[in-house]
Amino acid sequence: MDAEKVSIRISWTPFDPEAEAAHFRRRCARAGAIATFLGQVRGENGAVASLALEHYPGLTEAEIGRIAEQACARWPLEAVAIAHRVGVMAPGEPIVFVAAAAAHRRPAFEAVDFLMDYLKSEAPFWKKETGADGSARWIEPRAEDSRDKARWAPDASSQGAQRAWRK
Amino acid sequence: MAIRVLFFGRLHEVVGAREREIEPPDWVDTPAALIDWLAAGDARIGAALSAPSVRVAVDQAIVERDSPLAGAREVAFMPPFSGG
Repeated sequence: MDAEKVSIRISWTPFDPEAEAAHFRRRCARAGAIATFLGQVRGENGAVASLALEHYPGLTEAEIGRIAEQACARWPLEAVAIAHRVGVMAPGEPIVFVAAAAAHRRPAFEAVDFLMDYLKSEAPFWKKETGADGSARWIEPRAEDSRDKARWAPDASSQGAQRAWRK
Repeated sequence: MAIRVLFFGRLHEVVGAREREIEPPDWVDTPAALIDWLAAGDARIGAALSAPSVRVAVDQAIVERDSPLAGAREVAFMPPFSGG
């Protein structure tokens, strides 16, 4: 993996998304376009008390690296940054920050979208939500997560068109 | 040789441990055989570990269940990922 181009950080403590964005911008000051995404813990109107995230140190970083490599192979990116929280978080706390820099906006937007879809279901993280009532549940990927990821399959658009046509 | 076995996400609650140090017998030569040995008659553990959605990593590389286990130091059982 191109360590100059890709930065991956797993953090046990809260990270500051503005600081991440400012740092990323300094890294690629001459890029024409920077797209960023921030994911935060959903409060679900007070129903969620906390979210615990676990990972597999070593494998998680390696798999995120592979995902970032795929993005770099697919779009002409100048830099990619991924920061991901683990540990126990409260609603409103940042979970994930993704940034991509390119000469033009489209590759930057698409790469961030792709990276998020793959981080959801191809990076070794596990989430457990504790409700305000004390109940706890493991969060499994939803059907829409795999549908989102399927959009990036090589011939997804033609398959989708075929499926629609067959109906 | 001793193998460190890791159980992630909901699997550690099913198994009752996040990790175990084990010394399996010689016939345990694939992750599939390891599941049989770990389950040892506990149908609940057997079903949880052998669910098709569970991924297996041997020494930090994701592998198929019938891949060789010879020389492995660490085996991980991973339920569906949920990052982002």
